Amino acid sequence: MIETRGYTYRKVVNAGFRVASGAAVALALLPLVSVLYYTTARGIGGVNLAFFTELPKPVGETGGGMANALSGTLKLVAMACAIGLPVGVLAGVFLSEFRASSFATAVRFSADVMSGIPSITIGMVVYTVVVRPMGHFSAFAGSVALAIIMLPTVTRTTEELLRLVPANLREAALGLGMPKWRATLSIVLRTAAPGIVTGAMLAVARIGGETAPLLFTAFNNRFWGKGIDEPVASLPVQIYTYAVSPYEDWHRQAWAAAFVLVVLTLLLNVTAKFLVRNRLDAR
Amino acid sequence: MGDKAELSLIRAQPRILRRLGRETNPGDLVFRALAGFFAATVIGIVLLMVAQMSRASTASLHAFGWGFILSQEWDPVREVFGALPFIYGTVVSSLLAIAIAVPVSLGVALFLTELAPVWLRSPLSSVVELLAAVPSVVYGLWGIFGLAPFLREHVEPVLAGVFGFLPLFQGPHQGYGMLTGGVILSIMILPTIASVSREVLYAVPNWYREGALALGATQWEALRDVILPFARSGLIGAVILGLGRALGETMAVTMVIGNSPEIKASLFAPSYTMASVIANEFAEATSDLHLASLAEIGLLLFVVTLLLNVVARLLVWRVARPARHAR
Repeated sequence: MIETRGYTYRKVVNAGFRVASGAAVALALLPLVSVLYYTTARGIGGVNLAFFTELPKPVGETGGGMANALSGTLKLVAMACAIGLPVGVLAGVFLSEFRASSFATAVRFSADVMSGIPSITIGMVVYTVVVRPMGHFSAFAGSVALAIIMLPTVTRTTEELLRLVPANLREAALGLGMPKWRATLSIVLRTAAPGIVTGAMLAVARIGGETAPLLFTAFNNRFWGKGIDEPVASLPVQIYTYAVSPYEDWHRQAWAAAFVLVVLTLLLNVTAKFLVRNRLDAR
Repeated sequence: MGDKAELSLIRAQPRILRRLGRETNPGDLVFRALAGFFAATVIGIVLLMVAQMSRASTASLHAFGWGFILSQEWDPVREVFGALPFIYGTVVSSLLAIAIAVPVSLGVALFLTELAPVWLRSPLSSVVELLAAVPSVVYGLWGIFGLAPFLREHVEPVLAGVFGFLPLFQGPHQGYGMLTGGVILSIMILPTIASVSREVLYAVPNWYREGALALGATQWEALRDVILPFARSGLIGAVILGLGRALGETMAVTMVIGNSPEIKASLFAPSYTMASVIANEFAEATSDLHLASLAEIGLLLFVVTLLLNVVARLLVWRVARPARHAR
């Protein structure tokens, strides 16, 4: 197949492949550049003190801010971490330290499959399991949905990172007479802790921007939303509400919120990637 | 005699107890059980989701049967529900997204594994992955005010001019419709397909490349005749993972697809997807049947994406196992 064509023809085809591949990269980066340009150009003007400190104004009045949505997102993410991180990390520990069973393979596979389940269906399930029995939307329901979304990522990252811990560390700890649980918690987990923190940061970046599962769990709230028992506003849901509204001033605020959200997510992502790179280089 | 009785007692113990009994330290027993319990919750949640979705949609399953996925009528007021327009919108917008995203993301993956200088590979792949980090709702906002007007002014007229004889490209240019939905989906699934393909291509042993190049193949020939055949099932898996993501993606599509439950031949016309109708109506469902019908759409979406993910993972695992059993 290879020698049937002339040399020049083959070189031209190869050059064509190289050009096409490079063009694909350029084409892929175009939307990223455009999204970042739009959010910065349109959003940065709306980021002011009021944005961070004031509640939204009623329809028709200009001004106001998104303080409640910001605090709501922080609250939801913190609670989701409180639920999702322990479960995910321990499940990851199980996969890495007690791995040789068909049960572990099933867990691994479920986690991989779960990460592909649409987030909106997770919202629906949490609605039937938490919101329906409680009788109303709540911050708690929202954070359960977010915790489920972060679970597979945390589990798999923890597992991968624990695998990187050299076996002789485990053996040394066990050889000194530590029980396995102590060796795992205070030697293996501690060694892998920076990496796990990185994984958690990536998971937080992902759930911080989730909208769909919050629509019918945490819902939305024009006010602060006290406690975990009330509906609560969040940045993504607020962006959605404002974006599809017909009001100019709300559009402006949606862009400002999008700018803040993008800056936060990208910062988390870049920091996490940077930490991972340093860790891998150090090995 | 007594010995024998004891022995049979031990044999009669369930396997799980014998296994736990192997841990000598009580702390280990607790630790293992706890970790195992949390690991089991991962499986448990998936099973719970299947059970809950099926239970929530029982009423609609009974009321409409198979007619649900074949009927075009969606009328909450008269309580008649048929999901065909949403299924159509989801399938067509996802296929459109795949058609756009697959060549581009394969090009990106090939560039990252075969062509780019080594120092550029890792930073460039991080940048491509940032595409996946931008929240869906931000893509939606950008879609409403950036992409949709751009497509309406500059792309749709050109498509209509060149391919206007096809029913796909006829009708008014609105910006909000199937085409914009497909384009925005393609951007969002691109990083998924690209990064999984990259993993798969990395898993191709280097001596395959070297062997082909040493025999005088050009890079393209080595790729076409040696690397791609080796990686094929994994690459198909990557595409299926992308498809699964496209089917379930909600916010961005909801914001640009126009949300009109009608089946139109034109890609310029507004449409509606399964995920969008759930997002728009679930919180405000007017009746139990309405809620159950939305749940059934969710169940359909859930089962289809679950199956796609199972197939895709098996295909990808065949080529590039993320975590091997033996260290």
